[in-house]
Amino acid sequence: MTTEPTVHDAIEMELVQKHASRPEVPETPTPVIQVEDVSVFYDDYQAVRDVTLDIGHNEITALIGPSGCGKSTILRSLNRMNDLIRGARVTGAIRYWGQDMYEPGVDPIEVRRRIGMVFQKPNPFPKSIYDNIAYGPRVTGMKVDDMDAHVERALTRAALWDEVKDKLKQSAYGLSGGQQQRLCIARTIAVEPDVILMDEPCASLDPIATLRIEELMAELRDLYTIVIVTHNMQQAARVADRTAFFTAAIDPQTGERHGELVEFDKTTTIFERPADPRTEGYISGRFG
Amino acid sequence: MSSTSTTAAGRAAVPGRLAAPAPGTRILRSGNRPGEAVVRVLLRLAAFLSVAITVGIVLSLLGPALDFFSEVSVVEFLTGTRWTPRFADASYGVLPLVTATAWTTLIAIAVAVPFGLGSAIYLSEYAPDRVRRILKPVLELLAGVPTVVFGYFALTWFAPTVLQRFLSLEVGPFSILSAGAVMGVMIIPTVASLSEDAMSAVPNALRQGSAALGANRMQTSLRVVFPAAFSGIVAAIVLGISRAVGETMIVTIAGGQLVQMVSSPLQQGATMTTFIANAALGDSRVGSLEYNTLFAVGLLLFFLTLIVNLVAIQLVRRFRQEY
Ligand SMILES: Nc1ncnc2c1ncn2[C@@H]1O[C@H](COP(=O)(O)OP(=O)(O)OP(=O)(O)O)[C@@H](O)[C@H]1O
Ligand SMILES: [Mg+2]
Repeated sequence: MTTEPTVHDAIEMELVQKHASRPEVPETPTPVIQVEDVSVFYDDYQAVRDVTLDIGHNEITALIGPSGCGKSTILRSLNRMNDLIRGARVTGAIRYWGQDMYEPGVDPIEVRRRIGMVFQKPNPFPKSIYDNIAYGPRVTGMKVDDMDAHVERALTRAALWDEVKDKLKQSAYGLSGGQQQRLCIARTIAVEPDVILMDEPCASLDPIATLRIEELMAELRDLYTIVIVTHNMQQAARVADRTAFFTAAIDPQTGERHGELVEFDKTTTIFERPADPRTEGYISGRFG
Repeated sequence: MSSTSTTAAGRAAVPGRLAAPAPGTRILRSGNRPGEAVVRVLLRLAAFLSVAITVGIVLSLLGPALDFFSEVSVVEFLTGTRWTPRFADASYGVLPLVTATAWTTLIAIAVAVPFGLGSAIYLSEYAPDRVRRILKPVLELLAGVPTVVFGYFALTWFAPTVLQRFLSLEVGPFSILSAGAVMGVMIIPTVASLSEDAMSAVPNALRQGSAALGANRMQTSLRVVFPAAFSGIVAAIVLGISRAVGETMIVTIAGGQLVQMVSSPLQQGATMTTFIANAALGDSRVGSLEYNTLFAVGLLLFFLTLIVNLVAIQLVRRFRQEY
């Protein structure tokens, strides 16, 4: 293992500088992913309907809303993880840099290589810390000249390097929950994705570990586009540039519950001057 | 909320329950649950009995086996290459039997592991639910087919039709190859079913994590699920090996009776179990040297299986992965 501090320091400097020089959130995002009239079905059940929103480049977008309104469903459709769920079907268009990622011929594996995902429950592989990180680059056939340096870089970006640098060959299961979640983030970073999707990444973590992940997201925002699902209003308010509020409404004709997007705007707008009374109700209810 | 005075009164009204007991009083009655004690004794008995029976079996092997080794040296037994206990100039080198057993086991495993693991990976990682729901029970049923059936299958179909006609091999009706291969077929369901259990037990979160990194299904199966299930898979293979080493019917029927050092699977040969099965049917007098050979070979069989299992336990320990 090369442990000269240069890699680490360089990235830290890079992050600090980028963070300091962060511009205001623009009125309209430069879209990396465009979600257009998207509905997701589980067999015949329309879980979410007619969602349209743009995921801005190098921004953090939060998806919030009550349980069951389809946040995870929408998130999974953004990197075709829905393909792994039997009966799941997506209608409408989801464009990644302009290209419909659901059009015939698109390899879902390629989609996931560019749009990574971190799950609610940390799910490191039963392998060493090192192998957890190296796994993605290895299976995707990434050209990596120096895997050791690559692993170090990913762990450093995920703010985990200092804690694990002496036990890279040990099992990832020896880490705490918060460390495991950062390992999963590092693992995702290691394949150098463009976008990172996070589904309640802090749900199983204590407040301190949660803050560390939030710090981390704030640092990573300049290098990646991040979409995060969260039930934690403060978290959305703290880290997200833009926030989408979803809710579930009952269709008066069929009596079925469908998730829908209520409002999507800059986070400050959503939290300070929401346009829709349902947003306001939800947020104020949560804030008490 | 009640006032302090009523609380105090209430306490006083239920002495021994809410009031502080006088120092030295024993409040907690000594527990006497006869039912639980009986169950515990029964369970303990069951546990001890199963161990005791196993030990008893080994000990019963031990007596006659020791008698045997008082007349034949262990070295001669383990290194001799001539096994002729019934001849006038009897010779007790067990290696011919051991080589036959080793060959049949090896061939069986060579057949059972690729097919068994292949079906396990298919069933656990690829098969649609519907297919799995049908195939898994069928597989488990196959594991219960009596071994005699496999023996006749080897003798009447596999050897003449597959080995002689299709593959044009120079084999007779009895051969180590025929017995070993069919034994492998017999073991496939065991290996497949147990490996499938182990792989299905791997949480889906790991598969999703792998897919989210851009791994395809084969990579996920082989590099995440398979290693995570490795200890269970080793256990499945070892059970397969144990069954192969101890398997009697197929080798007796299809492997041949000729006792010889086996150097090619096309030969016929008698395995340790073949010898035991035949000798046990014979008319050797209890206590005679010929009778005692049975137990010596049985003991060796026991030790071989034991070694296989010990190695397996080590492997499982070394590669155990928690998730
Ligand atoms: N695999 C599935 N099969 C069938 N229905 C599903 C599946 N996953 C989700 N659903 C349904 O889709 C709807 C939206 O679920 P989803 O998990 O996206 O909600 P969510 O907003 O993420 O909720 P939570 O905040 O509780 O995680 C729910 O009614 C749910 O029952
Ligand atoms: Mg969810």
